[in-house]
Amino acid sequence: MKYAVRTAKVIAAAFGLAAIAAPALAQQGLDEPFQKPFKEALAGKTVAYVPVAMNFDLTEGWYAGLKKELEPLGVKFEIRDPNWNTNAGAQAVTSLISEKPAVMVIHNPDVQTYAKLLQRAENEGIYVIQINMGSAYRSSAFVGANWIEIGEKDTEAVVKACQGKSNKIAIVQGALSAAASAYTLKGVENVLAKHPEIKVVSSQAADWDAAKAKAITQTVLKQNPDLCGIVGFWDGMDIGTAAAVKEAGLTGKVFVATSGGGERKGACELVKSGAFDLNMSYDCRPRPRRWPARSNGCCRPAPRPARSRVRNTRP
Amino acid sequence: MKRLRFNQQEIVFAVFALLFLAFSIFLHGFLTPENMLTLLQNVAVLGILGLAMAIVVIGRGIDISLIAALAVPPGLVLQMVQNGHSLPASLLTAVLLTIAFGLVNGWLIAYAEVPSLFATLATGLLLAGLGQAALFQLDVVQWSDGMKGFERLGQGTILGIPTSIVMFAIACVVVAFLLRQTRWGAYIYAIGDNPHAARVTGIPSRPIIVLQYVVAALIGCFAGLVMAASVNSMPTRIFNSTLIYDVILVVVLGGIGLSGGRGGVLNVVIGTLLIGTMLNGMTIMDISYAGQNLVKGVVLLLAVITDSFLNPRNEETAQQGDI
Repeated sequence: MKYAVRTAKVIAAAFGLAAIAAPALAQQGLDEPFQKPFKEALAGKTVAYVPVAMNFDLTEGWYAGLKKELEPLGVKFEIRDPNWNTNAGAQAVTSLISEKPAVMVIHNPDVQTYAKLLQRAENEGIYVIQINMGSAYRSSAFVGANWIEIGEKDTEAVVKACQGKSNKIAIVQGALSAAASAYTLKGVENVLAKHPEIKVVSSQAADWDAAKAKAITQTVLKQNPDLCGIVGFWDGMDIGTAAAVKEAGLTGKVFVATSGGGERKGACELVKSGAFDLNMSYDCRPRPRRWPARSNGCCRPAPRPARSRVRNTRP
Repeated sequence: MKRLRFNQQEIVFAVFALLFLAFSIFLHGFLTPENMLTLLQNVAVLGILGLAMAIVVIGRGIDISLIAALAVPPGLVLQMVQNGHSLPASLLTAVLLTIAFGLVNGWLIAYAEVPSLFATLATGLLLAGLGQAALFQLDVVQWSDGMKGFERLGQGTILGIPTSIVMFAIACVVVAFLLRQTRWGAYIYAIGDNPHAARVTGIPSRPIIVLQYVVAALIGCFAGLVMAASVNSMPTRIFNSTLIYDVILVVVLGGIGLSGGRGGVLNVVIGTLLIGTMLNGMTIMDISYAGQNLVKGVVLLLAVITDSFLNPRNEETAQQGDI
């Protein structure tokens, strides 16, 4: 915290100087007092990013956004890509703790695996920002979609589409233990509790896999040709769900609601073609712009890790 | 008195028949023509992969890199078309890549004499890594306008039968012909049964081994194209899934011993049917994920235990080991 004290002094001094010198220097440009310490505080710092995997719209978008915002400020931006391997991810986080970056940006594969590690990281003084899929441990900040709300909105749309129809719906979950899947399911349950007339004929996990989603949906549609809606949990997977609906000739009759990062080919064009009736987008682009604001905040002599908790969610 | 003996193929067939009967009686909506077609359609790609694996396993090898051949060349087709290349040119590139990949596998195993398990484990990682690092922009390669018409390989129906089932049937016929009607097929069995004896009798065993891996890779690529056409995209990270275990399961469960030289297309079909029936029945019953895994495990365990009771280990297996 020695650094923090020094920076705090600089800020205080800047305030004092500004107060005395302002009238005299009014004719010249004034140096904004927070700029210098802010830049100094960031230069040479390391920010490490551990996504679930690279190579898909969300994580690529976040990576590009963070890099664009952080590197001009002299921040070293590192990435550890566990490529869908939870073990490799836990190892990456563990080794990062010993390397002591200033901030870790973590995308959790499930709610449990990293929880203890993230707590340890914050105890060591590393700020942890969790993105999109949180863990059971609440760190300095969480930035991401509000899964419960997404589940609620998707389900409400499906319930509405079912009015006057069979009231039979199916749910295509992701991977059971992932935050995105478990919390969305909670949102679905919240809405269904208010609508006892809706009957869930199938609620299965397709493991974020389009082929599995297709197989499940095909079977469900054969058993329930009068199905009126499907709540899917991720558009990347629900391409399969939509393909099954299309093959059954039910596009437009079965309401497919899903959510995703808003990739052009995988999401927008499928909405346009009518394959998806509703795709809640937690657009990945504007987000990373906000994180540096968070991480900047963290690098300033502001609150200790785990003291203040920021939650920035959007549907 | 001659004791009643069953081989694994018959046991698995019996398990399949029992399951099928039980589902038909107790599960409303199972025994309908539409559901039967869905059942087959859902396991068609698995079945095609099972055929590729069968060719290699009969020749006493194993091909762990099959999923890479399924994911990367078809993914390349989709990516190239997306980038503005023509469909025939993209397909040709993918087929050449697949053949080159099969040749590398075959060369490593036949000439460099690396055990097939390790060789294909490494080459599979290599190809998947190459795809991710150099070929694809995103994990899931999307369908683009240039591919129009090609989706008929995996969607729609031919004479009322879903196309992917027809593709599985075609693959079955081709592989059965290769294994049973050609000299090369006979050589594969001979090499699988006793590689040393095969070489002594003058069978060109090394080129035949290379051929096995090239054919397997090509069938894998074909399965990938069918899959991509059926879901309108190629989720290339399928390489990281447990699909390869399902493929080995289909082959071994169907009764193609990992010690080589035995089995055929029929075994793959039976193994595929058993897996398909289980998956379909459990989806209709809406059994939870954990429950499904439990049931799968128990059924497979039962099949294996029954087999080891009815066909105890003999001198031959003792010498070779099971794998």
